[in-house]
Amino acid sequence: MTSTTASARSRPRRTLAPYAFLAPFLIPFVLFTLVPVGYAFWQSLHKTARTGGTFGKTRTVFAWLEQYGRVLGEGYLADSLLRVLGFALVQIPVMLLLALVLALLLDSAVARAKRFFRLVYFVPYGIPGVVAALMWAFLYDPRLSPVVDLLRSAGIHADLLGPDVILWSIANVVTWTYTGYNMLIIYAALQAVPADIGEAARMDGASGWTIALRVKIPIIRPALVLTGVFSIIGSFQLFTEPQVLRSISTSVTSTYTPNIAAYSLASGDSYSEAAALSVVLAVVTFVLSSAFLRFTTRSQG
Amino acid sequence: MSLLTRTEGAHHPAAPNRRRRGAGIAPTVAVTFMAAVACYMLLPVYWLFVSSTKSQGDLVATPGFVTAEWNLGDNLSSLFAQQDGIYLRWLLNSLLYAGAGAAVATLLAAAAGYALAKYAFRGREAVFSVVLGGVLVPATALALPLFLMFAELDATNTFWAVFLPSVVSPFGVYLSRVFAAASVPDEVMEAARLDGAGEFRIFRTMALRLMAPALVTVFLFQFVVIWNNFLLPLIMLQDERLYPVTLGLFTWQTQTSRLPELQTLTIVGALVSVVPIVLTFLLLQRHWRAGLAAGAVKS
Repeated sequence: MTSTTASARSRPRRTLAPYAFLAPFLIPFVLFTLVPVGYAFWQSLHKTARTGGTFGKTRTVFAWLEQYGRVLGEGYLADSLLRVLGFALVQIPVMLLLALVLALLLDSAVARAKRFFRLVYFVPYGIPGVVAALMWAFLYDPRLSPVVDLLRSAGIHADLLGPDVILWSIANVVTWTYTGYNMLIIYAALQAVPADIGEAARMDGASGWTIALRVKIPIIRPALVLTGVFSIIGSFQLFTEPQVLRSISTSVTSTYTPNIAAYSLASGDSYSEAAALSVVLAVVTFVLSSAFLRFTTRSQG
Repeated sequence: MSLLTRTEGAHHPAAPNRRRRGAGIAPTVAVTFMAAVACYMLLPVYWLFVSSTKSQGDLVATPGFVTAEWNLGDNLSSLFAQQDGIYLRWLLNSLLYAGAGAAVATLLAAAAGYALAKYAFRGREAVFSVVLGGVLVPATALALPLFLMFAELDATNTFWAVFLPSVVSPFGVYLSRVFAAASVPDEVMEAARLDGAGEFRIFRTMALRLMAPALVTVFLFQFVVIWNNFLLPLIMLQDERLYPVTLGLFTWQTQTSRLPELQTLTIVGALVSVVPIVLTFLLLQRHWRAGLAAGAVKS
Protein backbone atom coordinates (compact mmCIF):
# COMPACT_ATOMS: atom_id res chain seq x y z
CA MET A 1 0.00 0.00 0.00
CA THR A 2 2.76 2.40 0.92
CA SER A 3 4.49 1.72 -2.40
CA THR A 4 1.41 2.62 -4.47
CA THR A 5 0.88 5.90 -2.64
CA ALA A 6 4.55 6.69 -3.07
CA SER A 7 4.42 6.20 -6.84
CA ALA A 8 1.14 8.06 -7.08
CA ARG A 9 2.70 10.92 -5.22
CA SER A 10 5.93 10.88 -7.23
CA ARG A 11 4.14 10.92 -10.60
CA PRO A 12 2.75 14.48 -10.31
CA ARG A 13 5.97 15.62 -8.71
CA ARG A 14 7.83 14.34 -11.74
CA THR A 15 5.57 16.10 -14.20
CA LEU A 16 5.98 19.33 -12.27
CA ALA A 17 9.77 18.98 -12.06
CA PRO A 18 10.62 20.32 -15.54
CA TYR A 19 8.52 23.43 -14.93
CA ALA A 20 10.26 23.97 -11.61
CA PHE A 21 13.65 23.70 -13.32
CA LEU A 22 12.60 26.06 -16.11
CA ALA A 23 10.93 28.73 -14.00
CA PRO A 24 14.07 30.35 -12.51
CA PHE A 25 15.32 30.96 -16.03
CA LEU A 26 12.02 31.74 -17.69
CA ILE A 27 10.93 34.41 -15.22
CA PRO A 28 13.94 36.72 -15.79
CA PHE A 29 13.96 35.74 -19.48
CA VAL A 30 10.39 36.95 -19.87
CA LEU A 31 10.98 40.05 -17.72
CA PHE A 32 14.26 41.18 -19.29
CA THR A 33 13.99 39.92 -22.88
CA LEU A 34 10.38 39.43 -23.97
CA VAL A 35 8.76 42.22 -21.96
CA PRO A 36 11.30 44.86 -23.15
CA VAL A 37 10.57 43.91 -26.75
CA GLY A 38 6.83 44.27 -26.13
CA TYR A 39 7.34 47.42 -24.09
CA ALA A 40 9.40 49.05 -26.85
CA PHE A 41 6.57 48.32 -29.28
CA TRP A 42 3.94 49.70 -26.91
CA GLN A 43 6.02 52.81 -26.22
CA SER A 44 6.53 53.36 -29.95
CA LEU A 45 2.76 53.79 -30.36
CA HIS A 46 2.68 56.73 -27.94
CA LYS A 47 3.81 60.28 -27.77
CA THR A 48 4.51 62.79 -25.07
CA ALA A 49 1.95 65.54 -24.74
CA ARG A 50 2.05 68.52 -22.45
CA THR A 51 -0.94 69.91 -20.67
CA GLY A 52 -1.25 73.62 -20.21
CA GLY A 53 1.59 75.06 -22.24
CA THR A 54 5.37 74.65 -22.15
CA PHE A 55 5.63 74.31 -18.38
CA GLY A 56 2.65 72.05 -17.89
CA LYS A 57 2.83 68.42 -16.88
CA THR A 58 3.85 65.90 -19.48
CA ARG A 59 1.90 62.72 -20.07
CA THR A 60 2.02 60.02 -22.69
CA VAL A 61 -0.92 59.64 -25.02
CA PHE A 62 -1.69 57.01 -27.59
CA ALA A 63 -0.56 58.13 -31.03
CA TRP A 64 -1.01 55.14 -33.32
CA LEU A 65 1.77 55.12 -35.88
CA GLU A 66 2.73 58.77 -35.58
CA GLN A 67 6.27 58.00 -34.31
CA TYR A 68 6.86 55.61 -37.20
CA GLY A 69 5.79 58.31 -39.62
CA ARG A 70 8.23 60.65 -37.96
CA VAL A 71 11.12 58.15 -37.97
CA LEU A 72 10.53 57.09 -41.57
CA GLY A 73 10.06 60.70 -42.65
CA GLU A 74 13.46 61.83 -41.39
CA GLY A 75 16.44 61.43 -43.69
CA TYR A 76 18.73 60.05 -40.97
CA LEU A 77 17.07 56.62 -40.85
CA ALA A 78 17.75 55.81 -44.51
CA ASP A 79 21.23 57.36 -44.26
CA SER A 80 22.26 55.38 -41.20
CA LEU A 81 20.71 52.13 -42.49
CA LEU A 82 22.49 52.49 -45.83
CA ARG A 83 25.72 53.23 -44.00
CA VAL A 84 25.60 50.04 -41.92
CA LEU A 85 24.46 48.11 -45.00
CA GLY A 86 27.53 49.29 -46.93
CA PHE A 87 29.63 48.50 -43.88
CA ALA A 88 28.19 44.97 -43.72
CA LEU A 89 28.65 44.31 -47.44
CA VAL A 90 32.37 45.06 -47.23
CA GLN A 91 33.41 44.22 -43.69
CA ILE A 92 31.64 40.85 -43.25
CA PRO A 93 33.08 39.18 -46.40
CA VAL A 94 36.58 40.48 -45.60
CA MET A 95 36.43 39.31 -41.99
CA LEU A 96 34.86 35.92 -42.68
CA LEU A 97 37.19 35.21 -45.61
CA LEU A 98 40.18 36.02 -43.40
CA ALA A 99 38.75 33.86 -40.60
CA LEU A 100 38.10 30.99 -43.02
CA VAL A 101 41.59 31.10 -44.55
CA LEU A 102 43.21 31.19 -41.12
CA ALA A 103 41.06 28.30 -39.89
CA LEU A 104 41.85 26.21 -42.98
CA LEU A 105 45.57 26.93 -42.57
CA LEU A 106 45.47 26.00 -38.89
CA ASP A 107 43.64 22.81 -39.84
CA SER A 108 46.06 21.92 -42.65
CA ALA A 109 49.44 20.26 -42.61
CA VAL A 110 51.08 23.27 -44.27
CA ALA A 111 51.13 25.56 -41.26
CA ARG A 112 53.72 25.58 -38.49
CA ALA A 113 53.50 26.66 -34.83
CA LYS A 114 49.73 26.22 -34.89
CA ARG A 115 49.23 26.41 -31.14
CA PHE A 116 51.04 29.74 -30.99
CA PHE A 117 49.10 31.25 -33.88
CA ARG A 118 45.77 30.02 -32.55
CA LEU A 119 46.47 31.72 -29.22
CA VAL A 120 47.60 34.97 -30.87
CA TYR A 121 44.52 35.19 -33.10
CA PHE A 122 42.29 34.73 -30.09
CA VAL A 123 43.88 37.55 -28.05
CA PRO A 124 41.71 40.40 -29.47
CA TYR A 125 38.49 38.61 -28.49
CA GLY A 126 39.64 38.75 -24.86
CA ILE A 127 39.74 42.53 -25.11
CA PRO A 128 36.39 44.26 -24.53
CA GLY A 129 35.00 46.13 -27.54
CA VAL A 130 35.27 49.45 -25.72
CA VAL A 131 38.93 48.94 -24.88
CA ALA A 132 39.69 47.73 -28.43
CA ALA A 133 38.01 50.84 -29.81
CA LEU A 134 39.90 53.04 -27.32
CA MET A 135 43.21 51.50 -28.40
CA TRP A 136 42.53 52.01 -32.07
CA ALA A 137 41.21 55.51 -31.38
CA PHE A 138 44.64 56.40 -30.02
CA LEU A 139 46.26 54.72 -33.03
CA TYR A 140 44.10 56.84 -35.36
CA ASP A 141 44.45 60.07 -33.39
CA PRO A 142 46.80 62.39 -35.32
CA ARG A 143 48.12 63.81 -32.03
CA LEU A 144 49.52 60.43 -30.96
CA SER A 145 49.25 57.95 -33.78
CA PRO A 146 52.38 56.09 -34.82
CA VAL A 147 50.37 54.76 -37.78
CA VAL A 148 49.69 58.26 -39.12
CA ASP A 149 53.39 59.11 -38.54
CA LEU A 150 54.50 56.06 -40.52
CA LEU A 151 52.11 56.88 -43.35
CA ARG A 152 53.34 60.48 -43.39
CA SER A 153 56.97 59.39 -43.63
CA ALA A 154 55.87 57.26 -46.60
CA GLY A 155 54.40 60.39 -48.17
CA ILE A 156 50.77 59.55 -47.49
CA HIS A 157 48.74 62.13 -45.64
CA ALA A 158 45.85 60.08 -44.38
CA ASP A 159 43.18 61.43 -42.09
CA LEU A 160 41.95 58.19 -40.55
CA LEU A 161 39.21 60.08 -38.72
CA GLY A 162 37.97 62.06 -41.74
CA PRO A 163 34.43 61.69 -43.05
CA ASP A 164 35.45 59.56 -46.06
CA VAL A 165 37.67 57.13 -44.20
CA ILE A 166 36.18 56.76 -40.74
CA LEU A 167 33.68 54.05 -41.66
CA TRP A 168 36.59 51.86 -42.78
CA SER A 169 38.58 52.80 -39.70
CA ILE A 170 35.62 51.45 -37.72
CA ALA A 171 35.51 48.37 -39.97
CA ASN A 172 39.16 47.76 -39.14
CA VAL A 173 38.42 47.81 -35.38
CA VAL A 174 35.53 45.37 -35.81
CA THR A 175 37.59 43.07 -38.04
CA TRP A 176 40.47 43.14 -35.59
CA THR A 177 38.20 42.29 -32.65
CA TYR A 178 36.08 39.50 -34.16
CA THR A 179 38.21 37.70 -36.78
CA GLY A 180 39.76 35.41 -34.18
CA TYR A 181 36.40 34.55 -32.65
CA ASN A 182 34.90 33.64 -36.03
CA MET A 183 38.06 31.72 -36.90
CA LEU A 184 37.61 29.64 -33.78
CA ILE A 185 33.99 28.77 -34.65
CA ILE A 186 35.05 27.69 -38.14
CA TYR A 187 38.11 25.89 -36.81
CA ALA A 188 35.99 23.95 -34.31
CA ALA A 189 33.72 22.84 -37.16
CA LEU A 190 36.72 21.82 -39.28
CA GLN A 191 38.02 19.69 -36.44
CA ALA A 192 34.74 17.80 -36.49
CA VAL A 193 35.11 16.87 -40.19
CA PRO A 194 35.87 13.14 -40.25
CA ALA A 195 39.49 12.57 -41.29
CA ASP A 196 38.66 9.73 -43.72
CA ILE A 197 36.62 12.06 -45.97
CA GLY A 198 39.69 14.16 -46.65
CA GLU A 199 41.76 11.02 -47.06
CA ALA A 200 39.39 9.60 -49.68
CA ALA A 201 39.65 12.83 -51.69
CA ARG A 202 43.41 12.80 -51.38
CA MET A 203 43.55 9.21 -52.63
CA ASP A 204 41.65 10.39 -55.70
CA GLY A 205 44.45 12.87 -56.31
CA ALA A 206 42.83 16.05 -55.02
CA SER A 207 45.20 18.82 -53.88
CA GLY A 208 45.03 20.53 -50.51
CA TRP A 209 43.13 23.51 -51.90
CA THR A 210 40.69 21.34 -53.83
CA ILE A 211 39.96 19.38 -50.67
CA ALA A 212 39.43 22.61 -48.77
CA LEU A 213 37.10 24.11 -51.40
CA ARG A 214 35.17 21.04 -52.51
CA VAL A 215 35.11 18.85 -49.41
CA LYS A 216 35.69 20.81 -46.23
CA ILE A 217 33.86 24.06 -46.93
CA PRO A 218 30.58 22.35 -47.92
CA ILE A 219 30.73 20.26 -44.73
CA ILE A 220 31.34 23.23 -42.44
CA ARG A 221 28.65 25.30 -44.17
CA PRO A 222 26.42 25.48 -41.06
CA ALA A 223 29.27 27.08 -39.11
CA LEU A 224 29.83 29.62 -41.90
CA VAL A 225 26.12 30.45 -42.01
CA LEU A 226 26.14 30.88 -38.21
CA THR A 227 29.07 33.33 -38.33
CA GLY A 228 27.33 35.15 -41.21
CA VAL A 229 24.07 35.58 -39.30
CA PHE A 230 25.81 36.81 -36.13
CA SER A 231 27.92 39.21 -38.20
CA ILE A 232 24.87 40.67 -39.96
CA ILE A 233 23.13 41.23 -36.63
CA GLY A 234 26.31 42.77 -35.20
CA SER A 235 26.72 45.16 -38.14
CA PHE A 236 23.20 46.52 -37.91
CA GLN A 237 23.59 46.94 -34.15
CA LEU A 238 26.90 48.79 -34.61
CA PHE A 239 27.30 51.11 -31.63
CA THR A 240 30.35 50.78 -29.39
CA GLU A 241 33.13 51.43 -31.90
CA PRO A 242 31.64 54.53 -33.56
CA GLN A 243 30.51 55.84 -30.16
CA VAL A 244 34.07 55.65 -28.82
CA LEU A 245 35.51 57.27 -31.96
CA ARG A 246 32.89 60.01 -31.69
CA SER A 247 34.77 61.62 -28.83
CA ILE A 248 37.83 62.28 -31.02
CA SER A 249 36.22 62.68 -34.44
CA THR A 250 33.51 65.01 -35.62
CA SER A 251 32.88 62.72 -38.61
CA VAL A 252 30.74 60.44 -36.44
CA THR A 253 27.47 62.31 -36.22
CA SER A 254 24.70 61.83 -33.67
CA THR A 255 22.80 59.73 -36.24
CA TYR A 256 25.78 57.88 -37.69
CA THR A 257 24.36 54.38 -37.12
CA PRO A 258 20.75 53.47 -36.29
CA ASN A 259 21.72 52.58 -32.71
CA ILE A 260 23.61 55.83 -32.17
CA ALA A 261 20.55 57.66 -33.51
CA ALA A 262 18.30 55.80 -31.06
CA TYR A 263 20.71 56.57 -28.22
CA SER A 264 20.79 60.25 -29.17
CA LEU A 265 16.99 60.39 -29.31
CA ALA A 266 16.71 58.73 -25.92
CA SER A 267 19.22 61.10 -24.33
CA GLY A 268 17.11 63.93 -25.75
CA ASP A 269 14.09 62.44 -23.93
CA SER A 270 12.38 61.46 -27.22
CA TYR A 271 11.69 58.01 -25.82
CA SER A 272 8.80 57.13 -28.11
CA GLU A 273 10.66 58.05 -31.25
CA ALA A 274 13.71 56.13 -30.00
CA ALA A 275 11.47 53.12 -29.35
CA ALA A 276 9.95 53.35 -32.85
CA LEU A 277 13.45 53.50 -34.32
CA SER A 278 14.48 50.43 -32.28
CA VAL A 279 11.48 48.51 -33.56
CA VAL A 280 12.22 49.47 -37.19
CA LEU A 281 15.85 48.44 -36.71
CA ALA A 282 14.84 45.11 -35.16
CA VAL A 283 12.49 44.38 -38.07
CA VAL A 284 15.13 45.29 -40.67
CA THR A 285 17.74 43.14 -38.92
CA PHE A 286 15.34 40.22 -38.62
CA VAL A 287 14.27 40.41 -42.27
CA LEU A 288 17.85 40.61 -43.53
CA SER A 289 19.21 37.78 -41.36
CA SER A 290 16.22 35.56 -42.28
CA ALA A 291 16.76 36.35 -45.96
CA PHE A 292 20.43 35.45 -45.58
CA LEU A 293 19.49 32.18 -43.85
CA ARG A 294 16.91 31.30 -46.51
CA PHE A 295 19.31 32.18 -49.32
CA THR A 296 22.24 30.19 -47.92
CA THR A 297 20.18 27.13 -47.04
CA ARG A 298 18.22 27.04 -50.31
CA SER A 299 21.23 27.32 -52.62
CA GLN A 300 22.65 24.32 -50.79
CA GLY A 301 19.96 21.96 -52.11
CA MET B 1 44.65 16.23 -41.96
CA SER B 2 48.12 16.46 -40.45
CA LEU B 3 47.70 12.80 -39.67
CA LEU B 4 46.97 12.14 -43.34
CA THR B 5 50.14 13.71 -44.69
CA ARG B 6 52.16 11.75 -42.25
CA THR B 7 50.68 8.40 -43.21
CA GLU B 8 50.14 8.97 -46.90
CA GLY B 9 53.77 8.41 -47.96
CA ALA B 10 53.65 4.89 -46.64
CA HIS B 11 50.53 3.93 -48.59
CA HIS B 12 50.73 5.85 -51.79
CA PRO B 13 53.44 5.67 -54.43
CA ALA B 14 52.54 9.03 -55.97
CA ALA B 15 52.79 10.81 -52.67
CA PRO B 16 56.39 12.10 -52.76
CA ASN B 17 55.52 14.36 -55.72
CA ARG B 18 52.75 16.12 -53.87
CA ARG B 19 54.73 16.10 -50.70
CA ARG B 20 57.55 18.01 -52.36
CA ARG B 21 55.13 20.59 -53.65
CA GLY B 22 53.65 20.82 -50.18
CA ALA B 23 57.07 21.14 -48.57
CA GLY B 24 58.31 23.73 -51.09
CA ILE B 25 56.74 27.14 -51.46
CA ALA B 26 53.34 26.58 -49.83
CA PRO B 27 54.50 26.42 -46.19
CA THR B 28 56.63 29.54 -46.59
CA VAL B 29 53.72 31.49 -48.04
CA ALA B 30 51.36 30.11 -45.41
CA VAL B 31 53.62 30.87 -42.46
CA THR B 32 54.46 34.34 -43.79
CA PHE B 33 50.77 35.11 -44.16
CA MET B 34 49.97 33.75 -40.70
CA ALA B 35 52.83 35.73 -39.17
CA ALA B 36 51.62 38.92 -40.88
CA VAL B 37 48.13 38.43 -39.45
CA ALA B 38 49.67 37.71 -36.04
CA CYS B 39 51.53 41.05 -36.21
CA TYR B 40 48.27 42.81 -37.06
CA MET B 41 46.59 41.19 -34.06
CA LEU B 42 49.43 41.94 -31.65
CA LEU B 43 50.58 45.38 -32.78
CA PRO B 44 47.85 47.38 -30.94
CA VAL B 45 48.49 45.35 -27.79
CA TYR B 46 52.23 45.98 -28.11
CA TRP B 47 51.52 49.70 -28.60
CA LEU B 48 49.28 49.69 -25.51
CA PHE B 49 52.05 48.14 -23.43
CA VAL B 50 54.78 50.48 -24.73
CA SER B 51 52.59 53.54 -24.22
CA SER B 52 51.73 52.45 -20.68
CA THR B 53 55.39 52.74 -19.75
CA LYS B 54 55.70 56.36 -20.94
CA SER B 55 55.11 59.63 -19.15
CA GLN B 56 52.50 61.95 -20.63
CA GLY B 57 55.28 64.07 -22.15
CA ASP B 58 56.98 61.11 -23.83
CA LEU B 59 53.64 59.75 -25.00
CA VAL B 60 53.15 62.78 -27.21
CA ALA B 61 56.80 63.47 -28.04
CA THR B 62 58.32 60.02 -28.79
CA PRO B 63 57.48 57.60 -31.63
CA GLY B 64 54.59 55.32 -30.69
CA PHE B 65 56.17 51.92 -31.22
CA VAL B 66 59.49 52.79 -29.54
CA THR B 67 60.03 52.69 -25.80
CA ALA B 68 61.12 55.80 -23.92
CA GLU B 69 62.00 56.39 -20.27
CA TRP B 70 60.41 53.73 -18.07
CA ASN B 71 57.53 55.33 -16.22
CA LEU B 72 55.12 52.44 -15.66
CA GLY B 73 55.38 52.52 -11.85
CA ASP B 74 54.47 56.20 -11.65
CA ASN B 75 51.65 55.71 -14.14
CA LEU B 76 50.23 52.85 -12.09
CA SER B 77 50.31 54.77 -8.84
CA SER B 78 48.62 57.79 -10.41
CA LEU B 79 46.07 55.44 -12.00
CA PHE B 80 45.06 54.04 -8.63
CA ALA B 81 45.25 57.46 -6.96
CA GLN B 82 43.03 59.26 -9.48
CA GLN B 83 39.71 60.46 -8.00
CA ASP B 84 40.34 58.65 -4.69
CA GLY B 85 41.00 55.29 -6.29
CA ILE B 86 37.89 55.12 -8.42
CA TYR B 87 39.66 52.90 -10.95
CA LEU B 88 39.96 50.03 -8.48
CA ARG B 89 36.28 50.42 -7.72
CA TRP B 90 35.45 50.16 -11.44
CA LEU B 91 37.53 46.99 -11.71
CA LEU B 92 35.74 45.44 -8.73
CA ASN B 93 32.36 46.51 -10.15
CA SER B 94 33.18 44.79 -13.43
CA LEU B 95 34.21 41.63 -11.59
CA LEU B 96 30.99 41.71 -9.60
CA TYR B 97 28.71 42.37 -12.60
CA ALA B 98 30.44 39.78 -14.77
CA GLY B 99 31.43 37.22 -12.12
CA ALA B 100 28.23 37.09 -10.09
CA GLY B 101 26.04 37.69 -13.16
CA ALA B 102 27.65 34.86 -15.10
CA ALA B 103 27.48 32.51 -12.08
CA VAL B 104 23.74 33.07 -11.63
CA ALA B 105 23.16 32.92 -15.40
CA THR B 106 25.02 29.59 -15.59
CA LEU B 107 22.97 28.05 -12.80
CA LEU B 108 19.66 29.17 -14.33
CA ALA B 109 20.75 28.04 -17.79
CA ALA B 110 21.91 24.66 -16.47
CA ALA B 111 18.56 23.95 -14.81
CA ALA B 112 16.57 25.10 -17.85
CA GLY B 113 18.76 23.22 -20.34
CA TYR B 114 18.56 20.09 -18.19
CA ALA B 115 14.76 20.30 -18.08
CA LEU B 116 14.56 20.77 -21.85
CA ALA B 117 16.90 17.84 -22.50
CA LYS B 118 15.78 15.25 -19.97
CA TYR B 119 12.00 15.62 -19.53
CA ALA B 120 9.14 15.22 -21.95
CA PHE B 121 6.48 17.76 -21.06
CA ARG B 122 3.83 19.89 -22.68
CA GLY B 123 5.16 23.01 -24.37
CA ARG B 124 8.76 21.82 -24.44
CA GLU B 125 9.35 22.58 -28.12
CA ALA B 126 7.52 25.89 -27.88
CA VAL B 127 9.66 27.00 -24.94
CA PHE B 128 12.82 25.91 -26.72
CA SER B 129 11.90 27.82 -29.89
CA VAL B 130 11.26 31.01 -27.93
CA VAL B 131 14.58 30.63 -26.10
CA LEU B 132 16.39 30.08 -29.43
CA GLY B 133 14.71 33.23 -30.74
CA GLY B 134 16.16 34.97 -27.68
CA VAL B 135 19.68 34.00 -28.81
CA LEU B 136 19.17 36.19 -31.88
CA VAL B 137 18.08 39.26 -29.90
CA PRO B 138 21.21 41.37 -29.46
CA ALA B 139 21.94 43.00 -26.11
CA THR B 140 22.16 46.44 -27.73
CA ALA B 141 18.58 46.13 -28.98
CA LEU B 142 17.33 45.44 -25.45
CA ALA B 143 19.25 48.19 -23.66
CA LEU B 144 16.96 51.04 -24.59
CA PRO B 145 13.64 49.31 -23.78
CA LEU B 146 15.17 48.05 -20.53
CA PHE B 147 16.07 51.60 -19.64
CA LEU B 148 12.50 52.75 -20.33
CA MET B 149 11.14 49.95 -18.11
CA PHE B 150 13.55 50.62 -15.26
CA ALA B 151 12.83 54.35 -15.58
CA GLU B 152 9.14 53.59 -15.08
CA LEU B 153 10.07 51.91 -11.77
CA ASP B 154 12.58 54.65 -10.85
CA ALA B 155 15.24 51.94 -10.73
CA THR B 156 17.79 53.28 -13.22
CA ASN B 157 21.20 54.26 -11.87
CA THR B 158 21.26 51.26 -9.53
CA PHE B 159 23.41 48.14 -9.36
CA TRP B 160 20.39 45.98 -10.13
CA ALA B 161 19.58 47.81 -13.37
CA VAL B 162 22.79 46.45 -14.86
CA PHE B 163 22.98 43.18 -12.93
CA LEU B 164 19.48 41.72 -13.32
CA PRO B 165 19.23 41.77 -17.14
CA SER B 166 22.62 40.05 -17.35
CA VAL B 167 21.52 36.84 -15.57
CA VAL B 168 19.59 35.81 -18.70
CA SER B 169 21.59 33.72 -21.16
CA PRO B 170 19.49 32.02 -23.85
CA PHE B 171 22.67 30.82 -25.54
CA GLY B 172 23.65 29.24 -22.22
CA VAL B 173 20.34 27.36 -22.13
CA TYR B 174 20.95 26.13 -25.66
CA LEU B 175 24.47 24.90 -24.81
CA SER B 176 23.27 23.35 -21.54
CA ARG B 177 20.56 21.48 -23.39
CA VAL B 178 23.08 20.04 -25.86
CA PHE B 179 25.46 19.10 -23.04
CA ALA B 180 22.80 17.64 -20.75
CA ALA B 181 21.49 15.45 -23.55
CA ALA B 182 25.01 14.20 -24.18
CA SER B 183 26.34 13.77 -20.65
CA VAL B 184 23.46 12.79 -18.34
CA PRO B 185 22.35 9.19 -19.09
CA ASP B 186 18.66 8.31 -18.62
CA GLU B 187 19.60 5.01 -16.91
CA VAL B 188 21.47 6.84 -14.15
CA MET B 189 18.44 9.07 -13.53
CA GLU B 190 16.10 6.04 -13.44
CA ALA B 191 18.37 4.20 -11.03
CA ALA B 192 18.48 7.21 -8.72
CA ARG B 193 14.66 7.45 -8.85
CA LEU B 194 14.34 3.80 -7.89
CA ASP B 195 16.61 4.50 -4.94
CA GLY B 196 14.11 7.14 -3.88
CA ALA B 197 16.01 10.29 -4.86
CA GLY B 198 13.86 13.32 -5.61
CA GLU B 199 14.08 15.15 -8.94
CA PHE B 200 15.83 18.16 -7.46
CA ARG B 201 18.35 15.98 -5.69
CA ILE B 202 19.14 14.12 -8.91
CA PHE B 203 19.81 17.44 -10.58
CA ARG B 204 21.89 18.86 -7.74
CA THR B 205 24.02 15.86 -6.90
CA MET B 206 24.37 14.12 -10.28
CA ALA B 207 23.38 16.19 -13.30
CA LEU B 208 25.24 19.34 -12.24
CA ARG B 209 28.37 17.30 -11.63
CA LEU B 210 28.14 15.49 -14.96
CA MET B 211 27.55 18.77 -16.79
CA ALA B 212 30.30 20.64 -14.91
CA PRO B 213 32.92 20.87 -17.69
CA ALA B 214 30.29 22.22 -20.08
CA LEU B 215 29.04 24.69 -17.50
CA VAL B 216 32.51 26.24 -17.35
CA THR B 217 32.03 27.06 -21.03
CA VAL B 218 28.61 28.59 -20.39
CA PHE B 219 30.07 30.65 -17.54
CA LEU B 220 32.93 31.94 -19.69
CA PHE B 221 30.64 32.93 -22.54
CA GLN B 222 28.33 34.89 -20.29
CA PHE B 223 31.24 36.43 -18.37
CA VAL B 224 32.57 37.90 -21.62
CA VAL B 225 29.13 39.07 -22.74
CA ILE B 226 28.62 40.97 -19.48
CA TRP B 227 32.22 42.22 -19.31
CA ASN B 228 31.88 43.61 -22.85
CA ASN B 229 28.42 45.09 -22.42
CA PHE B 230 28.71 48.81 -22.96
CA LEU B 231 25.39 50.28 -24.03
CA LEU B 232 23.37 49.02 -21.04
CA PRO B 233 25.61 50.54 -18.31
CA LEU B 234 26.08 53.65 -20.47
CA ILE B 235 22.33 54.20 -20.60
CA MET B 236 21.48 53.07 -17.07
CA LEU B 237 24.17 54.59 -14.89
CA GLN B 238 24.91 58.19 -13.98
CA ASP B 239 26.75 57.51 -10.72
CA GLU B 240 30.45 57.01 -11.54
CA ARG B 241 30.87 54.75 -8.52
CA LEU B 242 28.61 52.13 -10.15
CA TYR B 243 30.48 52.08 -13.47
CA PRO B 244 32.12 48.96 -14.84
CA VAL B 245 35.72 49.53 -15.89
CA THR B 246 34.91 49.78 -19.62
CA LEU B 247 32.48 52.64 -19.05
CA GLY B 248 34.92 54.33 -16.69
CA LEU B 249 37.71 54.26 -19.26
CA PHE B 250 35.31 55.54 -21.89
CA THR B 251 34.38 58.57 -19.78
CA TRP B 252 38.05 59.32 -19.19
CA GLN B 253 38.71 59.16 -22.90
CA THR B 254 35.86 61.57 -23.66
CA GLN B 255 37.54 64.09 -21.34
CA THR B 256 41.03 63.88 -22.87
CA SER B 257 40.55 66.96 -25.04
CA ARG B 258 40.11 69.05 -21.88
CA LEU B 259 42.45 67.06 -19.62
CA PRO B 260 45.29 65.62 -21.73
CA GLU B 261 46.87 63.91 -18.71
CA LEU B 262 43.92 61.51 -18.73
CA GLN B 263 45.38 60.01 -21.93
CA THR B 264 48.10 58.22 -19.97
CA LEU B 265 45.62 57.08 -17.34
CA THR B 266 43.23 55.74 -19.98
CA ILE B 267 46.05 53.81 -21.64
CA VAL B 268 47.43 52.34 -18.41
CA GLY B 269 43.90 51.63 -17.21
CA ALA B 270 43.13 49.79 -20.43
CA LEU B 271 46.28 47.69 -20.04
CA VAL B 272 45.52 46.81 -16.41
CA SER B 273 41.92 45.86 -17.26
CA VAL B 274 42.94 43.69 -20.20
CA VAL B 275 45.89 41.66 -18.93
CA PRO B 276 44.10 39.41 -16.38
CA ILE B 277 41.23 38.71 -18.79
CA VAL B 278 43.47 37.83 -21.72
CA LEU B 279 45.53 35.51 -19.52
CA THR B 280 42.43 33.74 -18.14
CA PHE B 281 41.16 33.41 -21.67
CA LEU B 282 44.24 31.82 -23.05
CA LEU B 283 44.48 29.42 -20.10
CA LEU B 284 40.87 28.29 -20.50
CA GLN B 285 40.95 28.19 -24.27
CA ARG B 286 39.96 24.57 -24.63
CA HIS B 287 36.61 25.28 -22.94
CA TRP B 288 35.93 27.80 -25.66
CA ARG B 289 36.53 25.36 -28.40
CA ALA B 290 34.29 22.78 -26.76
CA GLY B 291 31.44 25.30 -26.59
CA LEU B 292 31.99 26.66 -30.06
CA ALA B 293 32.09 23.16 -31.50
CA ALA B 294 28.74 22.33 -29.93
CA GLY B 295 27.28 25.62 -31.09
CA ALA B 296 28.57 25.34 -34.62
CA VAL B 297 27.93 21.69 -35.38
CA LYS B 298 24.42 21.49 -34.02
CA SER B 299 23.11 24.56 -35.83
